[in-house]
Amino acid sequence: MNIIEVVNLSKNFKTKKGFISAVKDVSFNVKRGELFGFLGPNGAGKTTTINILCTLLTPTSGRALLNSFDVVSNPNEVRQSIGLVFQEPSLDEKLTAMENLEFHAMLYNVPKAVRNERIKYMLEMVGLYDRKDDLVNTFSGGMKRRLEIARGLLHYPKILFLDEPTLGLDPQTRSHIWEYIHQLRKKEDITIFLTTHYMGEAENCDRVAIIDYGEIIAIDSPFDLKKEIGGDVITVVAEDRDKAKKTIEMEYNVAVINNDEGLHFEVENGETFLPRFIKKADFKILSISLRRPTLEDVFIRLTGRHIREESAEANSVLKIHARRLRR
Amino acid sequence: MSRNFMGIYTIWLRDVRRFWRDKPRIIGATIQPALFLFLLGTGLGRGIVGAFGNDIQGDYLTFIYPGIIGMSILFTSIFSAISIVWDREIGFLKEVMVAPIARWAVAVGKAFGGSTVAVFQGCLMLFFAPFVNVHINLTMIAALIPLMLLIAFSITSLGIVTAARMHSMQGFQVIMNFLVLPMFFLSGAMFPITNLPKWMDIFIAINPLTYGVDALRGVILGMNNYPLIMDVGLIAGFGIVMIGIAMVIFGKRE
Repeated sequence: MNIIEVVNLSKNFKTKKGFISAVKDVSFNVKRGELFGFLGPNGAGKTTTINILCTLLTPTSGRALLNSFDVVSNPNEVRQSIGLVFQEPSLDEKLTAMENLEFHAMLYNVPKAVRNERIKYMLEMVGLYDRKDDLVNTFSGGMKRRLEIARGLLHYPKILFLDEPTLGLDPQTRSHIWEYIHQLRKKEDITIFLTTHYMGEAENCDRVAIIDYGEIIAIDSPFDLKKEIGGDVITVVAEDRDKAKKTIEMEYNVAVINNDEGLHFEVENGETFLPRFIKKADFKILSISLRRPTLEDVFIRLTGRHIREESAEANSVLKIHARRLRR
Repeated sequence: MSRNFMGIYTIWLRDVRRFWRDKPRIIGATIQPALFLFLLGTGLGRGIVGAFGNDIQGDYLTFIYPGIIGMSILFTSIFSAISIVWDREIGFLKEVMVAPIARWAVAVGKAFGGSTVAVFQGCLMLFFAPFVNVHINLTMIAALIPLMLLIAFSITSLGIVTAARMHSMQGFQVIMNFLVLPMFFLSGAMFPITNLPKWMDIFIAINPLTYGVDALRGVILGMNNYPLIMDVGLIAGFGIVMIGIAMVIFGKRE
């Protein structure tokens, strides 16, 4: 059963220079219980799509059904069916954790009889129960995000949207948030729709849609996406590099890339290939490694560009800087 | 429908809670009108009464007292409404906008929240009455509270319409200079609105606060420029139009 059905969805924004198509003719389905990911660089249209699905924006054309309710004609039913954790914090920091959740429970019609019990359960789940009466402005970034996840689940939504749930958090907090997400999937009957530009996070998803310039360019499980790009990446460091390169190219009919780190080439079924390869090699191998392709490799294959993670971006800026200084 | 009422109540409750928790704001919002009343009022009052002739009966402090109550309501109402912009900046407005309640209910909840807070501030002003030789009795209070509520609701709604499309607090100074202060100065709060230049008469006539101050002065001091029923009718009419516009603006999705 599909809990989300999106058909030919488009969204244009008017700007001074004319129209910008943020989402172009996007179609996809999300199955009930799935952990579904939207992977793409910043500005690819991930948040715009989520904003349409959660009724904050209306589509320019196309249709979207959530829990079989139309986002345009039945916004209230859609809103009741979904929980949201936005990219930017959306808590009232002048209220306590408890009050923020109470506010949410009242807006979402959680009956008074079960309200407190449910708030307690959610706060315990995200490990914030002992801080319930503290003002939110005393919370760290990770605590706020956890509180938002608790809030998003308070009305027992069918679908939980997580828009870059770990953006701006330190690695430790990031992995904590993921622990909660995995726990949640075990405990509750819930579909999770996630956007991210972190490759590692996308690997956790049952299925990933890769989105670029407002279009879905691939959609499949991370495993199958990676399978499509060929096989495993083998890196060999040999004593006589040129000889090794020639031999490998001749013997296995593959393209070998020679760079600082060694010789790289792709083969299918790397595990069975390696023993044969080592036995046959008539050159001295100093080291050899096998790497599974990542979603980053998939993205590069499809677009010719990197999805830059924040650290990578910072690095490349530094490199450009360094290069300029050298000149 | 009951869901929308619950939504209005929830949004109202949050505004009231936040206000009550922010004691420095309450103190600040009480001291500011007190400064106008006692410092400016006393200073100007020494010479001004003669100049206005028969337009002011009695003490200048007494005359401006209802005007200062109006000022307190004006400032508090506008500030409360502008908090929408703040809510948008901190992202909280999104939480409200994706809740399963009608969008118009958000505007109405905000209008009630802001007016409750403004009436509270207006009531605090009543404690100054003995210092300006005004005697306030219970019948007066019974008339003043609904009147203050009406003024506050209208002005909060105006503030919501102004704030609805604002995306940063930078516009705040503009609102202060082009809306709030002119409304205050041209309401008859600080001086009688008789015998003024023609161009000022126009602004005074289209200023909803003019009728608010007139009604307050009527109830407290028995001095009226317009019939009370006209004051109340005009403020209510203005309020209905404003809340209507606010509801429509909030109902729209991009």
